[in-house]
Amino acid sequence: MRDPIRLPNGPGAAAILAAAIGCFALGIFAVAADAFAAIERAFTIWPPSGSLSGVTLAAIGTWLVAWFVLSKRWASRDVSLTRINVAAFAMLIVGLLLTFPPFADLLQGR
Amino acid sequence: MEISFRDLITVLHGMGFGALFMLAFSGAIGVIYATAVAGTEWAVPQRTNTMFRLYLISMAALAWLAVLSGAFVIYPWYRAVAPVGTTDLALYPQRLLLSSPLTAGWHELGMEWKEHIVWFSPIAMTMVAYVFIKYGPQLALHRDMRNAVLGFTAVAFFATAVAGGFGAFLNKYAPVRGGNEIVLYVRH
Repeated sequence: MRDPIRLPNGPGAAAILAAAIGCFALGIFAVAADAFAAIERAFTIWPPSGSLSGVTLAAIGTWLVAWFVLSKRWASRDVSLTRINVAAFAMLIVGLLLTFPPFADLLQGR
Repeated sequence: MEISFRDLITVLHGMGFGALFMLAFSGAIGVIYATAVAGTEWAVPQRTNTMFRLYLISMAALAWLAVLSGAFVIYPWYRAVAPVGTTDLALYPQRLLLSSPLTAGWHELGMEWKEHIVWFSPIAMTMVAYVFIKYGPQLALHRDMRNAVLGFTAVAFFATAVAGGFGAFLNKYAPVRGGNEIVLYVRH
């Protein structure tokens, strides 16, 4: 069987890192909206859902912009996926912790 | 036999989108792992490969439907503010939960965690579907990428389990009710 041409890992790495950035941003935005009334008001772009509307749309926007930018940069490159994975999972874990209310309260000194 | 419109939409959100998405996880892990392990040696028929891709795209679509319906349709009903003087809080689930220290935690921990963590699932599964479509059997040649994809799938499963579990309990203690009654069955 003929070996297929090996694709560069850049596009996959861009998708992985961008997803982690999106999740991390969601955690940051959620804590910021909880901690500061001004940020909560700014994120309330659709009042029936409150600040959740802005927090989630901003996180999705951050994710998609990060994906677009990284994809452009790494479209035909091979990158160090080990380092990308370490960074991605670190952001993913911190993002998960930031969504956990007791941890978010702890950060805010409550 | 009747059901309120809001109950029906909540069931669609939880059981139609969320539970179906949860059920699909074992298949997703199997598809990704089998493809990545067998690699380019595995002569998967084009039709089977197309089915695998559709499976993961469907999972991502279910995840998006679940979070969007939850955040922008059901959540506003859940957090509706009761008019001053309201004593029956049955139509105001968040207020009902917060009215007692015995149930307040279901909102303060359950809903506040669920409403944010669940968004990890569609983001992660969209990435997983993209990487699988882009690389397919070549994931065997990119072991770190395969590991990341499986790791994100596991995180998406955890996030969905948290959201689904708390969603079930929240709907038990303070169900989202209201809207027109829909007649499902009449016994003659």
